[in-house]
Amino acid sequence: MSAVLRTDRLSRSWGALQAVRQVSFSLESGARHALIGPNGAGKTTLVNLLTGTVPPQAGDVFLDDERITHLPQHLRVKRGMTRTFQITTLFPGLTALESVLLAICERKGLGASWWRPVARHAPEIEEARRILRDLHLEAEAEVATRSLPYGKQRLLEIAVALASRPRVLLLDEPAAGIPVGESAEIFGVLASLPREVTILFIEHDMNLVFRFAERITVLVEGSILVEGAPQEIAANPRVREVYLGEGGHG
Amino acid sequence: MSAAAAVRLPDRRWHPAEIAFWLGLLAVVFVFPGHLVLGSQVLITGLFALSLDLILGYAGIVSLGHAAMFGAGAYTAGLLARHGWGEPLSGLVAAAAVGAAIAWGTSFIAVRGGDLTRLMVTLGIGLMLYEAANQAARVTGGVDGLSDMAVRDLLGVFPFDLRGRTAYVYSLAVLFAVFLACRRIVRSPFGLSLRGIRDGARRMPALGSPVRHRLIAIYTVAGAIAGIAGALLAQTTQFVGLEVLGFSRSADLLIMLVLGGAGWLYGGLIGAALFMIAQNQLSSVNPVYWQFWLGLLLVAMVFVARGGVVGAMASARERLLGRAAR
Repeated sequence: MSAVLRTDRLSRSWGALQAVRQVSFSLESGARHALIGPNGAGKTTLVNLLTGTVPPQAGDVFLDDERITHLPQHLRVKRGMTRTFQITTLFPGLTALESVLLAICERKGLGASWWRPVARHAPEIEEARRILRDLHLEAEAEVATRSLPYGKQRLLEIAVALASRPRVLLLDEPAAGIPVGESAEIFGVLASLPREVTILFIEHDMNLVFRFAERITVLVEGSILVEGAPQEIAANPRVREVYLGEGGHG
Repeated sequence: MSAAAAVRLPDRRWHPAEIAFWLGLLAVVFVFPGHLVLGSQVLITGLFALSLDLILGYAGIVSLGHAAMFGAGAYTAGLLARHGWGEPLSGLVAAAAVGAAIAWGTSFIAVRGGDLTRLMVTLGIGLMLYEAANQAARVTGGVDGLSDMAVRDLLGVFPFDLRGRTAYVYSLAVLFAVFLACRRIVRSPFGLSLRGIRDGARRMPALGSPVRHRLIAIYTVAGAIAGIAGALLAQTTQFVGLEVLGFSRSADLLIMLVLGGAGWLYGGLIGAALFMIAQNQLSSVNPVYWQFWLGLLLVAMVFVARGGVVGAMASARERLLGRAAR
């Protein structure tokens, strides 16, 4: 497999805090790759650097061997890289259907189209309803996002991201703050995605990480501590020491 | 399904209340023939508020300098009419172009940053234009204003009469035409993206949306509409005072939009009508202290009708539908 996304000595600091230091990392095409580490390890900052939410102070990001280090976030999305956020950042005043439609219209280059009403874009509406159906949100299509339960909002985050038809999907704690049953539903949806979609996800629930990930990168204090298959990570004494604790991943 | 009321995608269909609203405005010509001068001022201000609604209600851009484009449009139409080009419709087009050009030229700084930054920047732009017009008294008339305009008959047939009949019908026709275009815009994918920016400006780039370009586009469109409103005022009153660029015009406009409800298109029209009729009535009761009652009305509105008149009506409707759904 070839690397779809890679970084070369990527660095970012916030004042005196070095959040990400000289990280060289690669994501293979079709991977189910977890990024783990204790709080403050720099996981979200790394995702922000990959997606262009914040610029790096040193190093480079490559997507399909194209250097995208200084490409604005919206153009990285056009090239197939989409993300979700740790804290739900949706559109409170829009319905679930409108939120997904928004992403579809942007993907299709219709975002600046100003004459034909959205309601007349039948193929886009049909696609949006199909995505909502796949994520078990069909019944909430016409409900304002602000009125949705938190678990449904997390699902909608993923629906909106999938509507961009990403080749690389970066998920920042997709199951954060929701009950175990609902997090299993989210990961069930992610597991059903085709291999054309490469997934990098941050997650604190080790049960989910070891069930879903095929490869794991452990980040500590902004640097990669170790990377490998789940069994190797689980058996690594340094990982157990700094991150998993004495009790292992259970 | 959640107990919350379902919100359908808006399409091209007209709600009976909308049809009644526009027929009501037309009926004013026959029902209140003695109030058409005030009526045309209300319509023009409503058009101006509509342009602010596009940027504030839909795209979340707060502005305290929207009068810059209004005033520029007023001076454009006024100067054209004063110097021999009194044809009204082409005057509107020229004013729209100038309003759009000023909005586009200033948009690069006006749409940056957060709310407070935008307030300060737009306020600053408004103040600069005001002083520039004041300094250029030879051209603009300065504090004495611009008069001696020769505005030609509308369509070569309808003269601007003292009772304000032509002015009212002209303003209503222009308002309706612009409203139709705005209605199209806000219901289109572009309008949806503006609402997305208003609700989640940080989220939109993650959907592939060029947020800054969209904001510049709508700010420019709003500038054109504000320019048209200013030109209408100049043509129908045949006078342009320096206050068309004044801070209080921008501030009053913001109050009107909040009063009527931002983000509904109709909010600006209703807010303008409420504000100007209240101003007219209250100032006739007490010409010195009328603003006290206006202030009281505003405070009461914030507590009784959050989201303005139209917002409160929509909330009441949603509650009723939600109750019915349960």
